[in-house]
Amino acid sequence: MIDYLREIISGTWSLFVGLGITIRYFFQPVVTVQYPYQTLPMTPRFRGHIELVKDEETGETRCIVCGMCQKACPSNCITVNGEKREGVKGKVLTEYRLDFTKCSLCGLCVESCTPKAITFSKDYNLAGVRKEAYIFDLKKRLEAKNR
Amino acid sequence: MHVDPEIIRLLAFLIGVIAFAALNAAYLVWLERKEAGHIQRRIGPKEVGPFGLLQPLVDGIKLMTKQLIVPAGVDPVLFRIAPILVMVPAIMSFVTIPFSETLVARNLDIGLLAIFAFASVNVLGLLLGAWGSRNKYAVISAARVVSQNVAYEIPMLVTVVTLVMITGTMNLHNIVMQQQGGFWHWNIFNFSASPLMPVAFLIFFVCMLAETNRAPFDMAEAESELVAGAFTEYSGMGFGVFFMGEYANIVIGASMATILFLGGWDCPFGLFPGVHWFLIKMYFLIFTVIWIRWTYPRTTFYGLLNLSWKILIPISFFNLILTSAMLKVF
Ligand code: SF4
Ligand code: SF4
Repeated sequence: MIDYLREIISGTWSLFVGLGITIRYFFQPVVTVQYPYQTLPMTPRFRGHIELVKDEETGETRCIVCGMCQKACPSNCITVNGEKREGVKGKVLTEYRLDFTKCSLCGLCVESCTPKAITFSKDYNLAGVRKEAYIFDLKKRLEAKNR
Repeated sequence: MHVDPEIIRLLAFLIGVIAFAALNAAYLVWLERKEAGHIQRRIGPKEVGPFGLLQPLVDGIKLMTKQLIVPAGVDPVLFRIAPILVMVPAIMSFVTIPFSETLVARNLDIGLLAIFAFASVNVLGLLLGAWGSRNKYAVISAARVVSQNVAYEIPMLVTVVTLVMITGTMNLHNIVMQQQGGFWHWNIFNFSASPLMPVAFLIFFVCMLAETNRAPFDMAEAESELVAGAFTEYSGMGFGVFFMGEYANIVIGASMATILFLGGWDCPFGLFPGVHWFLIKMYFLIFTVIWIRWTYPRTTFYGLLNLSWKILIPISFFNLILTSAMLKVF
């Protein structure tokens, strides 16, 4: 009999404790991010598709068109083209094409690039209805970013 | 032409009651979603209108534009009348609820009895709808609803009988009038009649939750095991009417708790009694109902029946005996 009553009382009390917890949450500020009105900054190690790095001195790409990234890529996503120009030492990048549909974000290209000319972007808002939308011209992208 | 003013009065009340029930059903859904959101520390509906206030309207339009599917093999009559059987008694119950001293459609002498009579039709509606659906989930749900309601109607009615013994009347208006003049006159604190009155209120409230099939007693619509329980085969407004009936029943339950235990339209400090106090108490109780839903997980079916037969019924009977002894002695 005593046990029976004790169980009822402690049980009822525990229910009120539970209510107390939820009402405290009720009055605390919300913690959800109202995407797309608000966004969080991406973490530094986030891997988006790769992009060309801007050289702070010249404002151009750092790429020397050595083709190491193209060779390193296991999925053959990267196509690099360059040409010799009068008065310029080394090759000049004319095209850097990334086929993001095949990229596995493995990072071998970033690792293999000695002048550190490519990096992962922080771009995660990607949407498209055609495959072609994911073949990026990274040189044009860098130029557009510089403008 | 001479029209009896009583007829006009009744028509006005009829429209008022239906509007009140519908508005409550719509905006309680909004309140429920908002409250659930904030308890889980998110916002809830916010896109349609300021604070998502137009959301119920849009939801209603969505439900109304949907096709009413009557699946092959269902009982055509029962399947169609079941939602109405849930909705109509809920609206009828509003007729005798006194919102303030003057604001009542019909002041019945047996108002209390009438409301509990209507309240039990609700179960019948669910049972018929589920049976008519010819769906095994619905039938399991119906069996649960009925046994749950049988189990919880007993402690609820025993508590109400205790209360009727104290007040000596079934007229809701008179019950409230006896509790006027501050919160120490309310039945919940009526310690001279029985020291267990707060417990009686608690029992009544728990039974009210079970009768309206609210969480943690929502065995009828246990989504995780029964799809949507009795509502599995209903679509569009068929489901919508069930839903509105449920919320109307919650309003009735909260109103009854207010009238029977919390002094109806009486102000806790004896100042300015009126309909606003009734609404404040009622909505506070409804807030609590929703708050409970988003706090506790659903009980198991045996836990639910054990709670009623092993705890609520013995205690309510004990309270009944104690009260009658106290009434006899003092
Ligand atoms: S991340 Fe990997 S797969 Fe993607 S382009 Fe670079 S090397 Fe290729
Ligand atoms: S490895 Fe670096 S420098 Fe070489 S082609 Fe690729 S991006 Fe340019």
